[in-house]
Amino acid sequence: MGQTAGIIPACRPIFSQIGRDAPNSTDFPVKSVSMLTFILKRIALSIPTLIAISFLVFVVARLAPSDPVQIMAGDKASPAQVERIRKEYGLDKPFLVQYVNYVGNIVLHGDFGKSFTRGQQPVSEMIRSDFPVTARLALQALLFALILGIPTGIFAALYHNSWFDRAAMSIVVALTALPSIVLGPLLVVLLALKFPIFPVTGWMNPQSQVFIAGIPTPIYLDTILPTITLGSRSAALIARFMRSSLLDVLRQDYLRTAIAKGLSRSRAVMRHALKNSVLPVLTVVGTNFGALLSGSFVVETLFAIPGIGYVSIDSITKRDYPVIQGMALLVAAGYILVNLGVDVLYGVIDPRVRSQEAA
Amino acid sequence: MKQGTGEEGEKREQDNSLSNRTMTQLPNDPITQRSNAPTSGSPRAEALRRLRRNPVAIVCAVYIFVLLFVAVFANFIAPYDYDFQDTTRYANLPAPPDARHILGVDHLGRDILSRLLFGARISLSVSLVVVSLEIVIGVSLGLLAGYRGGRTDMVLMRFTDVMFAFPDLLLAILLSAVVRSGITALPTWVSFFTLFFALGVVAWPGMARLVRGQSLQLRNREFVEAARSLGVKESVILRRHLLPNISSPIIVQVTQDVAGMILAEATLSFLGLGVPPPFASWGRMIFEALPYKEVNPTLLVIPSLVLGLTVMAFNFLGDALRDALDPRLRQ
Repeated sequence: MGQTAGIIPACRPIFSQIGRDAPNSTDFPVKSVSMLTFILKRIALSIPTLIAISFLVFVVARLAPSDPVQIMAGDKASPAQVERIRKEYGLDKPFLVQYVNYVGNIVLHGDFGKSFTRGQQPVSEMIRSDFPVTARLALQALLFALILGIPTGIFAALYHNSWFDRAAMSIVVALTALPSIVLGPLLVVLLALKFPIFPVTGWMNPQSQVFIAGIPTPIYLDTILPTITLGSRSAALIARFMRSSLLDVLRQDYLRTAIAKGLSRSRAVMRHALKNSVLPVLTVVGTNFGALLSGSFVVETLFAIPGIGYVSIDSITKRDYPVIQGMALLVAAGYILVNLGVDVLYGVIDPRVRSQEAA
Repeated sequence: MKQGTGEEGEKREQDNSLSNRTMTQLPNDPITQRSNAPTSGSPRAEALRRLRRNPVAIVCAVYIFVLLFVAVFANFIAPYDYDFQDTTRYANLPAPPDARHILGVDHLGRDILSRLLFGARISLSVSLVVVSLEIVIGVSLGLLAGYRGGRTDMVLMRFTDVMFAFPDLLLAILLSAVVRSGITALPTWVSFFTLFFALGVVAWPGMARLVRGQSLQLRNREFVEAARSLGVKESVILRRHLLPNISSPIIVQVTQDVAGMILAEATLSFLGLGVPPPFASWGRMIFEALPYKEVNPTLLVIPSLVLGLTVMAFNFLGDALRDALDPRLRQ
């Protein structure tokens, strides 16, 4: 999970600069909760969701009408063989015991069970090799979305109703309706086949590494199309929210007051408007991370990227349910953790959020 | 997703630009928020008139009507059947357009145009089934929770909270993946059932929340109270008094959810979790074209474009409907 959590520090430079001038407690006479209590409370709140999701995944897997052990053993296996395998995987025990064992093994030993196919390879091993790929893809897409979306939104709001605003918003509206499954094929055909700028498939091939003045950079040409495919819709959403949120703040009384007091418009925007308008955008980043994860299933399949989405889909065709269960849990946990991180960050930037908790 | 301040800002701003454009028209009545321009009477007719003035809405509506027509009459329009394999002429490779097949054939010798047309049928019928499920479950639970309040409301809201904590499409992918992983041979009806189940589970909470919020606002209004004091049965109040008054937001939500479901079906089918072969699904067509993208890229582009246009048409029509049906929503 370390990599997913790493997304938060990655956005920090952008946000912390804005958050530095957050109104301090002397501005506003409200009872503020200590940061630690706030964080602990948020963590405590996300645990039930995690348990609910893991239970749901487990129950749904058991609801399926046929017997996974029989599938694994094959049609020709004798009843004794089937029983032996059942024991080996602990599937002879009552349902709740299985669930507790499964969760216990994950929490205590990081053990997600063994794959039915792939020569009984431990699922945790597969996660270790595939998860970084998906994490990097999602992270690159998120970075792309932030770098493109935030400035676009800011400029569209500052130059409201200008030609830039109109053009940017038309593109945003179109992109919001275009998911990866549509954008991906179009980009591949245009930028990899018609104009062969980028490789068609692959993931971090050494040949595609970009060198700037002979120095290797962490940029790989073959990761660019997947990143754009995955990140465009998020970029559009972020731009739209950034714009409307900043427009909203620009109309507030305190901003008018600041300008009336003689602050220049750019200074008023930099010091007062931006930090307050970036908060709603942060929520979009969190909720939209789910779309990035489900999008990565599509993008990994489109570009044959060996991440958890690709492996999960492959496991579905092979009916390898320990793998699917493990990957489903991992993705769910990743989503919940990122949103936890966003909530905490929200509290760090905006003390009002914390004081609401106290009320 | 809908963050209060952001959305409001955007709506207010849209409104400003609108009033700039329509300067020559009479100002709106400040109390009823209705336009003072001459109207033909009922609010519905007025909404339709507003909708007709929106060129984007017209284009989208026409596209959707054509799509509906194609979906219903696919078997008469399509030159071939969706699973007809022209194997005598085409070896196992996709072929470019020729006189027989206007858009070419896929790797199994199936006519692309026919599959596209039949794909419209699959797309629309899947989303129709799921949206109907969503309306039946979401609207009735939402009405009940909003009208009764108390424990009914609390239970429903806690449940939708858990569902909202998780992204729709991701949950649908995980649900159908997990259900499928335990089944050896997958009969066609199980595939469809799993698809409807996975999409239905994720679709209804949004509708339930919307309806609940709306009926919560209405339940203490005079006309509802009057009905209650006359001894009108609860079920009749819900159906005859509340439902007609909240139909506008429901219609808007449904239009946008159809887009969401078309997309979800395509995504699930693309991942091999949706419509079973040999049925034609746009998502599956994209997947099947992938290995041949270098030989025949049009195979990849055509279903993607059609899917993108369809999703956009429903989304934009939903936006236009929102503006037309309830100008107050933009305030």
